[in-house]
Amino acid sequence: MTVSHEPEKIPVTVLTGYLGAGKTTLLNRILSEPHGKRYAVVVNEFGEIGIDNELVIGADEEVFEMNNGCICCTVRGDLIRIIEGLMKRKGRFDAIIVETTGLADPAPVAQTFFVDEDVRQAARLDAVVTVADAKWLAQRLRDAPEAKNQIAFADVVIINKTDLVSPAELREVEARIRAINPYASLHRARKCDVALADVLERRAFDLDRILDIEPDFLVADDHDHDHDDGHHHHGLKHYHDEDVQSVAVRLNGDVDPAKFMPWINQVTQEQGPNILRCKGIVAMKGDPKRFVFQGVHMMLDGDSQREWRPDEKRESKVVFIGRDLMEEDIRNGFLACAA
Amino acid sequence: MTEGQAASSLIQHARLFDAGAHVVAAAFLAGAPALALADGVVLIGEPDSQKRLVVHPDAAMLTAISDGKTLLTGGDDGRVVAARADGGLEEIADEKGKWIDALALRGKAYAWSAGKQVRARDETGAVKTWSAPTTARGLSFQPKGFRLAATHYNGATLWFPKVDGTPQTLEWKGAHLDVTFSPDGRFLVTSMQENALHGWRIQDSRNMRMTGYPGKTRSLSWSHDGQWLATSGADAAVVWPFKDKDGPMGKAPRECGVRQARVTQVAFHPKALVVAIGYSDGLILLVRLADGAEILARDPGGGLVSALAWDASGARLLFGLESGAAGLLSLPA
Repeated sequence: MTVSHEPEKIPVTVLTGYLGAGKTTLLNRILSEPHGKRYAVVVNEFGEIGIDNELVIGADEEVFEMNNGCICCTVRGDLIRIIEGLMKRKGRFDAIIVETTGLADPAPVAQTFFVDEDVRQAARLDAVVTVADAKWLAQRLRDAPEAKNQIAFADVVIINKTDLVSPAELREVEARIRAINPYASLHRARKCDVALADVLERRAFDLDRILDIEPDFLVADDHDHDHDDGHHHHGLKHYHDEDVQSVAVRLNGDVDPAKFMPWINQVTQEQGPNILRCKGIVAMKGDPKRFVFQGVHMMLDGDSQREWRPDEKRESKVVFIGRDLMEEDIRNGFLACAA
Repeated sequence: MTEGQAASSLIQHARLFDAGAHVVAAAFLAGAPALALADGVVLIGEPDSQKRLVVHPDAAMLTAISDGKTLLTGGDDGRVVAARADGGLEEIADEKGKWIDALALRGKAYAWSAGKQVRARDETGAVKTWSAPTTARGLSFQPKGFRLAATHYNGATLWFPKVDGTPQTLEWKGAHLDVTFSPDGRFLVTSMQENALHGWRIQDSRNMRMTGYPGKTRSLSWSHDGQWLATSGADAAVVWPFKDKDGPMGKAPRECGVRQARVTQVAFHPKALVVAIGYSDGLILLVRLADGAEILARDPGGGLVSALAWDASGARLLFGLESGAAGLLSLPA
């Protein structure tokens, strides 16, 4: 038996977070840990990084619209150029970290990995990590749409500066994050003191790793500073964010691929500008394998994955996170795909 | 030739060697083969007696171009260096802390870009700067006159470095990458982020769209008579006709060397209508434009072909791969 090895792609971690939330603190923490890895770091502001022996590349966030008839299809032109250049240094670094500006929309960064063939061949998006300020996030969610997008988009949210808020305020901010994005893993931190394993090598965009898409209601309590409140999960208030929310639909049993494929394409075409992220695990009628997909706006990436296990219930689930989603349309549309 | 069938072959006339690193560009400097490598080195000389010039120490070579006398290289150390056949190196610029994104060369005139900053140095050594609206990804000197084309988002700009005043921008929506003038100076052609080429007739800025590529075009080569433009980015070399006054407008391109692999490099022979084509699987073909006849120059294997260059007489073809594999083919007399 021969095993074909796809050349190992360079993982790319995207750090987002509103101004002052602590992105640079997290970046410096990652770089200063004794991990033995060599990082290429793409930053927008030089001078704030306290580590010198790293490969640091200054970037202007150049967001380009693609002329492909898709209005929300934007890419980061500077990132395409930088990744192309970094490939000339192949073997001299292990991973790339992209720090975005505080006002940045994460979508163009993520879409770059869907759209650009050269980038796709060389690198893989590992995860979008968003740093949120425990004290100011609630305020930012009210007045800054960028901050909301960054939360909605995240695979990992680090709630930073938890020492500046009371346990009740912290629960409140967690509930607000959950209202927007129930699927990201949450970590509490004081000075972005999180375990690197919680931030790096997440493989969040890896179809093989979309094992489950149950909401992640457990808040990883990294610091155990909440002894007084061991049952705080029960106290979660439920918020419903006014415009950004998630829609999850479950269908018991199989879907008909002849109905599902046109439907998912139509939903992402019609509601694409409003869909920030989507993913799903689908049982296609007659297919012994799980079909998994994920997407950003109108971009979709899907594949047949491993076989359904005998002890596994064949069911289909889709999740959309977005702005002003037409929830009933999505729900009814998906349920109508039943085989 | 059909896939898998034996074609006429010249592979026994090639001397193969290991360049040691990703080959960024190939050239002949006053007849001597030269390879620009991603690890900052230029290899110069015949395969058994090569000199190793460390042009960008501890840095990566991002781009390199040649006119047959000078090999101009740009690194992620911000330096632009001119290497010559005798092994001499001349530092043309040092943009500290920046990456060199694009280069242009004509005689003793040089141009380079680092981010939005585009600089041109004339024969006297005077340097002028123009700031592009976004990063300038491609540069090319107009064949006559000291005028530079620079690509950017939503177009390309024609700049006379010695003349004050607003440069002329040719607009077309989208991100433009590499750029080339037709040898007669009538047309400007760019490759684009969205798998297409765009062209302008300089005289009246008339637009030409050249689309249908499955991938990005990153290699462009004009035929010696200036009437054809060979391009990479498809499963064949796509060759556009530029003979008529309208260029390729309303005409279909020729497709040479159709295979089930992406063309990554093209290089027209300097004296005949024959194009050398390098593919993503390492194979290299020589294809005659007139009848599509194919000759094998390198067997597949070893990764994608990243550099091709003919010598001035067209007797030798130098090639390099991303894997560092390289070779020098001498055509039988």
